[in-house]
Amino acid sequence: MTVTSSGTTLDDYADRYSQRVQGMTPSEIRALFAVANRPEVVSLAGGSPYVSALPLDAVGEMLGRLAAEHGATTLQYGIGQGTPELRERICEVMALSGIDGEVGASPEDVVVTVGGQQALDLVARLFLDPGDVVIAEGPTYVGALGAFQAAQAQVVHVPMDDQGLIPEALTETIARVAASGRRAKFLYTIPTYQNPAGVTLSEERREQVLDICEQADLLVVEDDPYGQLGFEGEAPAPLRARRRDGVFYLSTFSKTFAPGLRVGWVLAPPAAREKLVMVSEAQILCPSAFAQAAITTYLSTMPWQEQLKSYREIYRERRDALLEALGQLMPEGTTWTRPAGGLFVWATLPSGLDAKAMMPRALNARVAYVPGTGFYADGSGTNELRLNFSFSSPERLREGVRRLAGVVEQELSLRSVFGTLPLDGKRTHE
Amino acid sequence: MTPRVLVLAGGLSHEREVSLKSGRRVLDALRTAGLEAELRDADVSLLPLLAADPPDVAVIALHGAAGEDGSLRGVLDLCGLPYVGGDARAARLAWDKPSAKAVLREHGIPTPDWVALPHERFSELGAMAVLDRIVDRLGMPLVVKPAQGGSGLGTTVVRDPAALPAAMVSCFSYHQTALVERYVPGVDVAVSVLDFGEGPQALPAVEIEPRDGVYDYVARYTAGLTTWHAPARLAPPVATQVADIALAAHQALGLRDLSRVDLIVDPDGQAHVLEVTVAPGMTETSLLPLALQAAGLELGEVFRRLVLRAATRGDQSAGRQAGNAPG
Repeated sequence: MTVTSSGTTLDDYADRYSQRVQGMTPSEIRALFAVANRPEVVSLAGGSPYVSALPLDAVGEMLGRLAAEHGATTLQYGIGQGTPELRERICEVMALSGIDGEVGASPEDVVVTVGGQQALDLVARLFLDPGDVVIAEGPTYVGALGAFQAAQAQVVHVPMDDQGLIPEALTETIARVAASGRRAKFLYTIPTYQNPAGVTLSEERREQVLDICEQADLLVVEDDPYGQLGFEGEAPAPLRARRRDGVFYLSTFSKTFAPGLRVGWVLAPPAAREKLVMVSEAQILCPSAFAQAAITTYLSTMPWQEQLKSYREIYRERRDALLEALGQLMPEGTTWTRPAGGLFVWATLPSGLDAKAMMPRALNARVAYVPGTGFYADGSGTNELRLNFSFSSPERLREGVRRLAGVVEQELSLRSVFGTLPLDGKRTHE
Repeated sequence: MTPRVLVLAGGLSHEREVSLKSGRRVLDALRTAGLEAELRDADVSLLPLLAADPPDVAVIALHGAAGEDGSLRGVLDLCGLPYVGGDARAARLAWDKPSAKAVLREHGIPTPDWVALPHERFSELGAMAVLDRIVDRLGMPLVVKPAQGGSGLGTTVVRDPAALPAAMVSCFSYHQTALVERYVPGVDVAVSVLDFGEGPQALPAVEIEPRDGVYDYVARYTAGLTTWHAPARLAPPVATQVADIALAAHQALGLRDLSRVDLIVDPDGQAHVLEVTVAPGMTETSLLPLALQAAGLELGEVFRRLVLRAATRGDQSAGRQAGNAPG
């Protein structure tokens, strides 16, 4: 880097970046998270499964054998679509949720991806042109927002209540987007144990949502990372189990087994599947053969359904601890969801508070969460935040809520002193 | 014998990420200069390490309280480990902006007029009444910043009194005491000061030209968002004045080895000191490395010389401990 009298921006490439990435800059909130992973901080941020509950010795032995005995194939290139063995196992997994041969699910139509995130990126690359609209729940998964925004699409949100996406609001949104002259390419939805809101689309609404989309000729991209992590009975069947056409189904082993392996998938109609494979080959050539072999062997030889039960029990206990602590400790005016599965609780602070602005205070108090604005494309969610319960022990969760409650109390007090709380928003229950 | 160096970086402050970048850069530079160096976080593993395998010198690349408020320096004094940079007392003084500004003013060094108040005073006396008095006294616009902290975190330029309460709330999220300062328009410059044992020397001033007009956290650490001019585009007499004021600030605060003095040069060519940093950033977009480059100096060689200088203080550390205990 040469420093000249005309100055330097320390970026010799500034005028060469694509439009897609020009808006991508680090934020101070992102930097604050550097502290969140320190052991001194109780992190209610993140979305990590509790992989320490896995039989790590047995998994380690399995991985060792895959290299030692099958290295000639597991350490080699694979094919773009993913190994046939894993695609068959994936179909067995999906069949447990009702996505089976009867609704046209076949290993031929599965595309293995590098985690759920690549699945999202593939769908974005397959369908989205700059300016296209994606309709999504508000709030929605931050990684999906990133993938859609990288494709220069606009995300328009539809609100949820405790039964999930509100069908009437979906209808209105579709009409509003159409009236504005823009083209909505698909509905992106996480209907079961939604990230970040923790709510589940009810049985009745699933059919309504599918009907609305069908009538509007709107594709559905169903993201289902958490469907098998319910702890209050069976979740309603996925949307893809109800409709053969018009639904792209995405899932991952990141929450049910191990995110470190980075294996997810898309179940797509045949014509689109061919294109997905080509797009994926251009991106990554092929998913990791070793990771695919690891998942295949895990599903074939280890008691993975028992492991799922274990995850569910652990997460139920942790959810209960988090909800109990919230109920006992959080200041009046704070509300939160009660998830029946998944990893997250969505909390709403008293009106006038700003969860993002409160982050430094929280980190000073050694507790971390994810501010709500990141889960909206339109800057909403100022007084909302996501709390994760899968990773920390019940004791740590209680301690985290104790610290968080203190932070919220201080913030309320301070804002009250400076008159920055709305007059009708002081300490009122919603 | 070549001293073994321990670079301390990370910590639990809001500037952890910046610190890790600074630390890694200094580590690479020291190794390139031929020194044996290791990078560690300042956590529970530090003191056992110092006891079991003591290095010869520490380089503190910790930003935020742990690295800059003098307390860790006091602990290193207790351990008898010399370090590069100002001692505990001087660091504590520079770290607390109102205290530092008071010392600068006593020494006749220009610094914008200010008021510093903890949040309790606002709740006890009535926030609006206190803010009114502040505006009456300092006028508008104002700069609100945490009394302690760096990287521009929690700092807001307030041009409209109606925006003052929100700026105070944002500031108090970082620290319990706010420094409200008269806003001085002008050119932002930073002067790095080095002392290899022959007296402090000012490096060429670096001028800061943020693309969007505000040198906030993002503008500081995102390549492409700020244009830096090194040396600053100052008329020679102004450049001399800026260097003299920076050296005076370094000395008034009792600093040693290195520091960075941030100033603003007003439209009349008068420089005002905004703050002084005892652990300047060393990232790829930081100001001290830019100044070194403008001066034709290598980061590794500079730190090698500072480390050798600090090593000579090792034998004297026992005698200093009482005066430099953490406060």
